[in-house]
Order: sequence, then structure tokens, then C-alpha cells
Amino acid sequence: MDALSGLAQGFAVALTPINLFWCLLGTTLGTAIGVLPGLGPAVTIALLLPITFKVDATAAFIMFAGIYYGAMYGGSTTSILVNTPGESATIVTAMEGHKMARRGRGAQALATAAIGSFVAGTIGTLGLAFLGPVVVEVALGFGPSEYFALMVLAFVTVSAVLGNSALRGLTALFLGLFLGLVGVDNQTSQARLTFGVMELLDGIDVIQVAVGLFAVGETLWLCARYRNAKDEVLALSGSLWMSAQDWARSWKAWIRGALIGFPIGALPAGGAEVPTFLSYYAEKRLTKHPEEFGKGAIEGVAGPEAANNASAAGVLVPMLTLGLPTSATAAIMLSAFQSYGIQPGPLLMQNQPTLVWGLIASLFIGNVMLLVLNLPLVGLWVRLLRIPAPMLYAGILVFATIGAYNRSQSPLDIVILYAIGALGYFMRRYDFPTAPVIIGMILGPFAEQALRQALTISAGDWTTFVTRPLSATLLAIAVLALFGPRLWAMARSR
Amino acid sequence: MERRQGEAMVAIAILALAGIVIWQAGTIPSPLYAQLGPRVAPFIVGAGLAILGAGLLLAALSGRWRAEPEEDGAPDLPALGWIGAGLAMNVVLIQPLGFVVASTLLFAFVARGFGSTLWLRNAAIGLAISLLAYLGFDRLLGIRVGAGILEGVL
Repeated sequence: MDALSGLAQGFAVALTPINLFWCLLGTTLGTAIGVLPGLGPAVTIALLLPITFKVDATAAFIMFAGIYYGAMYGGSTTSILVNTPGESATIVTAMEGHKMARRGRGAQALATAAIGSFVAGTIGTLGLAFLGPVVVEVALGFGPSEYFALMVLAFVTVSAVLGNSALRGLTALFLGLFLGLVGVDNQTSQARLTFGVMELLDGIDVIQVAVGLFAVGETLWLCARYRNAKDEVLALSGSLWMSAQDWARSWKAWIRGALIGFPIGALPAGGAEVPTFLSYYAEKRLTKHPEEFGKGAIEGVAGPEAANNASAAGVLVPMLTLGLPTSATAAIMLSAFQSYGIQPGPLLMQNQPTLVWGLIASLFIGNVMLLVLNLPLVGLWVRLLRIPAPMLYAGILVFATIGAYNRSQSPLDIVILYAIGALGYFMRRYDFPTAPVIIGMILGPFAEQALRQALTISAGDWTTFVTRPLSATLLAIAVLALFGPRLWAMARSR
Repeated sequence: MERRQGEAMVAIAILALAGIVIWQAGTIPSPLYAQLGPRVAPFIVGAGLAILGAGLLLAALSGRWRAEPEEDGAPDLPALGWIGAGLAMNVVLIQPLGFVVASTLLFAFVARGFGSTLWLRNAAIGLAISLLAYLGFDRLLGIRVGAGILEGVL
């Protein structure tokens, strides 16, 4: 199906009152948890996974996508007004945005962030609608060995290329692969790594891991350093409108940010941090007001904010067309497909056109809703920031517990949740990234399945991965991405 | 010096996990008909963890890996202790007393960990939030959250 007829069908789905309701619910919730420090879209979607038993798939995904986009908008509000980035993707926003707020230009920073997010989110969603079917065409020719190679490439890029240390990123990935192995092997029905515990036969739930790492671990981490925290919420004052000069300086940055963010998000490497930094440096170079950078330059907010929203749309390209999640949130959405019994991959667009195109259309609608929620109503969200930390984090732990406990009402599930929370604390403490754990856990079983299928087709011949040109190329890129930077550094130091 | 010990301990923990994974993988019965038996992936993951753990240990001992010491110094252990106590209590009490009561206590203890000493007020807020969460999940979404003393009354 081509993009235009797909979109027409999608809007027919997304514009029904019930789906508009789910979209509004998702975007509102997403903005709220984006604003609140300590909660992110990955945790929120994980906590809401049980609704997949109650609500049909299209509605659930419209809500999840609303949360995903909404968190990007909400996160910038916190970065600008409090200077504690709610999301790793909004670190750059805090650099210039918070300076603007200190100079009494907080409202303009929020406006350029929200409008830029809207512009870039819309461009990114258009990119998703038109690029998606093209990727599907290509991907339909993939066999299991190509898939396996593609997953290996994604494993390497999300863990070793992004982040501070390849060693620690890969360790996080392998911890995730380990967690994904626990339970009954679905091909041979053998219990693996269950240590004789009955409850572990079903495997470890992604809810426990995501909520444990991101909510419990984060709370412990913040608590350990809380006595030194001195966050102050800046008030909004003065004119709330952007001046003509603000517009003139912002719009090019929005477009550039979108053009940087979308392709990088769409690559199987994913991640929103890299495009935001690239956009920041691009704006710093191109600006006519270099003296303002570091003191609150509006381009430094407009560009990265646009880049991070466009990359959010980009991440959905491999997720919806290849079944390849490249962020923790996308990985949890992929596990929601599993709980509906929907097979992710290139056939998704053909088999579930209502779901996929309804979802894409709802992203356009969600962007409009988010613009309204985050510009005229921004004062409402600022009030959320006044919730005292003891209440906020105590509430987060209560919700985290309910999320783990409702699986089987077994205290063991809570023990696992808290143990993973402790793991999350130590990972933060020793500078390990946590997103690769989730991606490894969700994608690992798919990789094993692809490996098995490929070896079945080749009758056990492992050379199938290097004799098929595409899978050989993908694996070569993975090896290069893993060792290239180090070899390059060694060559330069000679 | 002391900090590097922490990093080395983390590396050793990873190596220990690798050992456990490889040992457990060896105990998985492997049917003959499978092209790629159930043991292969655990062995690959175990071997990967072993290599990475060894790499981390080398990095820790050579001092190349040092988690940035924050300017705020050592972790606040008493604060973590309050949260730890709240979590442990929750695990023990959630079945006999039910989600709402256990969560109320958890809420008050976590709030204490973050420096709030108004126990009664916090418990009241915790009770309200736990009740709201219980009703939302159990009644609205129909997701079972288990029974308990307060849940039985509602």
C-alpha cells in the first residue's frame, strides 16, 4: 500500500471519537510523565502493558505512541525550567534553555521547543509514512540470515557505538540477553536458566525489568544523592510570545533539526542523544549570534528539540517495518505486539494496515494536541513540578510495585522487581547505560529464532551468514562499528 | 584506591554471573532433533559475559575505568536504608495484609528516605494514593491486584 491511500485509511481510523480519546489520553499522560522527573515513556508504557488484555491493539498503540511523543514535549519543559533533564534526549535543551529561563526568557524557550517539536514531529511523521512502505519493500526480500545480521548490527550500535564505553554498553546488552533467555525455550520446550524456580518458567517480564531499572533504580540513585539536590523551579514571567526575531532565528533551526534527527533515528542505530548533540553543534556553527551560545541562545533550544522529536518518529521506522526496536521505549512497544500475538516485521503493514496507518495518522493528530497541551496549557504542567520529591518518588515506587504485583500476585515478582532496581542503581553508579538491557532482553529471543531459522535453511552451515551478500555486508558494518573507532584511535596515536 | 575496588567488584560480579550462566547452560537437556539446541544461546551469552567481565576487570585494575566521582561524595546510606526497609517490608506484608496497607507503609518509608519526617501525613497521602491505584487497576481496568484486609471491605 502506498503512503497516501494508507494515510487516508489511517485518518479514518484515528479520527473516530474513541481513538481520539485514546490519543488525547496518551498525549496528556505522556506530557505529564515527561514533565515529572523520574518517570519516562518506557516505564509508563511498561506499567500500562496490562491494558493489552482489555483494549484492542489499535487503541493501545495509539495511546502508547501518544505517551512516547508526549514525553518528548514534556521533557523539554523540565529541562528548561528546572535544569534536570527528565530524559537523556533533552540534556542539550537544558544547556541553552535553562540559561534562557534564568534570563527571564523561559516562555520563549518553551514556545520554541513546543513549536519546534510540532514542526519536526510532523516532518518526521511524514518521513515515517513515506519511508515506511519503501523499507518494507526492501525488507520483504530479507531471509532469516539477513534478519539475524541486522539484529547483530542493531545490538552493536545501540550498546557499543552510542554511550561512553563499548565495554560497559555491551555488558548491559549481554545482561539483557541473559534476562531474555530465562524461561522455557519456545522451540525445544526446555527450561533454561530458571534455577528450578517454577515462577521463572514463564520468563522474566519486561515490566519488571523496565520498571525495575528505570523507576526503582532511578529512585534509589536519586535518593542516594538527594541531600545535595537543590533544584529550583523557575517561574515564567514577562511576555509569553515569541518576537519576530525569535521566529526568524528559530524556524531554520527547527527544519535543520528535523532533517538531522529523522534519518539518524531511522537508522538501526537509533537513539535521540546523538542527533540532539549534532543539531546543537550545527546551530552553534551557523548562528549569527555566537556570543549568546552558553548564555541562552534560542537556536540552541529550537534545533535540538526539533531533532529529538524527529528522531522519535525515525525510531518508529525500523520498529514498524522491521520489528527492530532501537530504543527502550520501542522495545517495550514491540513486546506489546507480542502480547497481542501480532508478528512484528515487514508483513506488519500488510497484515495490520488499520493498526499501522491508524497509528501513523494518530501521530499527526497527537502532534496538534501536544502543541495545544504544551503552549497555552504549559502553566498546568509547571504545577506538576511543585510536587515535593518525597511524595513523587514514594508514589512512583507504589505504582512500580503494583505494576509488578498484578502479574501473578506473587511476592517473588516484587523481589525480582526490587532486585532489578538494585541492579539499576549499581548500573547508574558505575556508569553503565540501561537501555541496551531492555533492547537485548526483547530482541534477544528474536535473534535466536532468526539464527535457528537461518541454520535450518542452510542445513546447519554457519557460512550462510557470510556467503549471502546482504547479511555479510551488515555483519561487516557491525564489526567495523565495534572495532573501527578503536583502530582509528590507535592509528592516529601512532 | 577505594573507588577502583568498587569497579573491580562489579567486574567480578559479571564474571560470576558468566560462570553461573555457563554452568546452568550445561545442565539444559538438549534434544537431538533441534538444529540449534537450547544450550547454544546460553553458552554464547555466558561466553560473552565472561569476555566482557574480564575486560572490565582489566579496565578496573589498570584504572582506566573509573565511574566519575560526583562532587556530592559518598551515597547517602541512611536514606537508602529507609527505602530498603520500606521495600523489604512491602515484600513481606503484601500477601498477609494486602496491597493497600503494604503500599501505605512503603510510601511513608520512601518519603522518609527523601527526608520527610511527617509520618502521619505521609501515611495518609500514601493511603489515598494506594487506594486510588488499587481502585484504578482493580475496578477500572479489571487487573487483579490481590486481596487484603482493606480490599475485602471495599
